[in-house]
Parts: sequence; structure tokens; C-alpha cells
Amino acid sequence: MSNQAKAVATPRPLSPHLQVYRWPVTMATSIIHRTTGLALVAGTLMVTWWLLATAMGPVQYDTFSRAARSLIGQLVLFGFVWSLAFHLFNGIRHLVWDLGFGFAVPTANRTGVLVIILSLLAATGAFAYAYAAKGMHL
Amino acid sequence: MSTRTPLSRVEGLGAAHDGVRHFWRQRVTAVALAPLAVWFAWFAFSQIGADRSAAVAFLKLPFNAVPMGLFVVIAAIHMALGLQVVIEDYIHHEGHRIALLLLNQFFAWIVAAASLFALVKIVL
Repeated sequence: MSNQAKAVATPRPLSPHLQVYRWPVTMATSIIHRTTGLALVAGTLMVTWWLLATAMGPVQYDTFSRAARSLIGQLVLFGFVWSLAFHLFNGIRHLVWDLGFGFAVPTANRTGVLVIILSLLAATGAFAYAYAAKGMHL
Repeated sequence: MSTRTPLSRVEGLGAAHDGVRHFWRQRVTAVALAPLAVWFAWFAFSQIGADRSAAVAFLKLPFNAVPMGLFVVIAAIHMALGLQVVIEDYIHHEGHRIALLLLNQFFAWIVAAASLFALVKIVL
């Protein structure tokens, strides 16, 4: 056995990687902020599609409307609404950090949990209200 | 002892040759988008179950057309700035990175132009 092959076969100590850490709240919110930012690219395209459909005419508007009302459309819309809510709330948290406030670890953890809960409440609340009071249906 | 040249210090552009321009633009667009996103959410909510004529009538009003125009343009700028960082973080091949950064910029311009075209067509 050559030295190189032996080196490969011997289990080497590996440095700890992402999966061995308990996820701190601040790490989760940071990752979610980027993920929701990427999701909002799709959301922006939906806004552009909606504007173009409105501009082009009733047929195009109807196509968008039917797509938005479908089950998949509603799931995508919920993802869009939640992403917008989270990115907005957590974005404000980032701006407060930029002003120099809220950096203490307990504070950052608490505001992190707060934006997660607020964003979920905003998205589910908006959909619950839309279905219950505004007659939205599949 | 610093190895920085006096010129580099005066320019203040750092290793990326861009200074804090990207950082600052991302914050300025974020501050602008916070109220615009709230306005947009309220507007989108008001459109549930509405037909096309209601949407057109709503957007024809200046106090709705202008925020909508601001929202799509500033969102496109903020989107390009954000996607740029993601590309720079994860795409290590220089050629691929430059190509994607170029596409990213074009994409944002197309989104902004298409949205503004639609808005102008609705309003006129």
C-alpha cells in the first residue's frame, strides 16, 4: 500500500462542520433572511406578471387570476407573503443593528424569535382574514 | 507599520475598490422599501377578489401609481444588490461569477422596465 493510499484509508480527525452545532437563533434568522430574499425574487416576478396582465387585458388578467387562485398559486402566494413579512421585519432588525443597537446576545436572540413569530402571525393572519372575511377561496 | 499608500488611504475604496457604496445603497433602498412594502401589502390585500377594472381604476390614481412605480424600481435595485452578494459568496469560478453578475444586473433592469411599461400602459 502506498503512503498516499494509506493516508486516504486512515480516518482523519475532521474539524466540526455545520451539522454538529446547535443552531443559534441569530444563525437561523441570518440564513432565513437570505433565503426569503431569494424567494422574494420569485415574488417580484409575480408582481411584474400581475402588472403586465393588468396592462394587457381581461384575458391575460384572467390567466393570472386563475393561476393565483389555484392550490399551487395559493401556496406560492403564502410563501411570498411570509417571505415579505420576514424580510421586512428582520430587515428593520438589521437597520436597528446598523444604528448600533441590539447587539447583546440575549437581545439579538429575543428580537430573532420575535421576528420569526411576528412574520408567521402576519402571514397566517392575512390569509385567515382573506379567507374568512374577504371571501377568498380555492 | 502600514503598507498602504497615501493614495489608497485617501481614496478609501479598500480591497474591493468599491468602498462602502454597495453597503450604503443596500441600506438606503431598504429604508425606502420598508414603508413601500407595507403600502404594497395593503394594496395587494385590497385587490383580493377584485376584477381587472378595479385594479386599473386604483392604479390610475396618482397617489397609487407613484408608490407602485417607486416600489417596483427600488425593489429591483435592492434585489440586484442582494443577489450580487449571493453570487459573490457562492460562485468561485471567476468567469462564471462575472457572467452571472452581468446577468443579474440585466435581470433587474428588465424587471424594472417591464413593470414600469405595464404601469404606464395601465395609467394612460
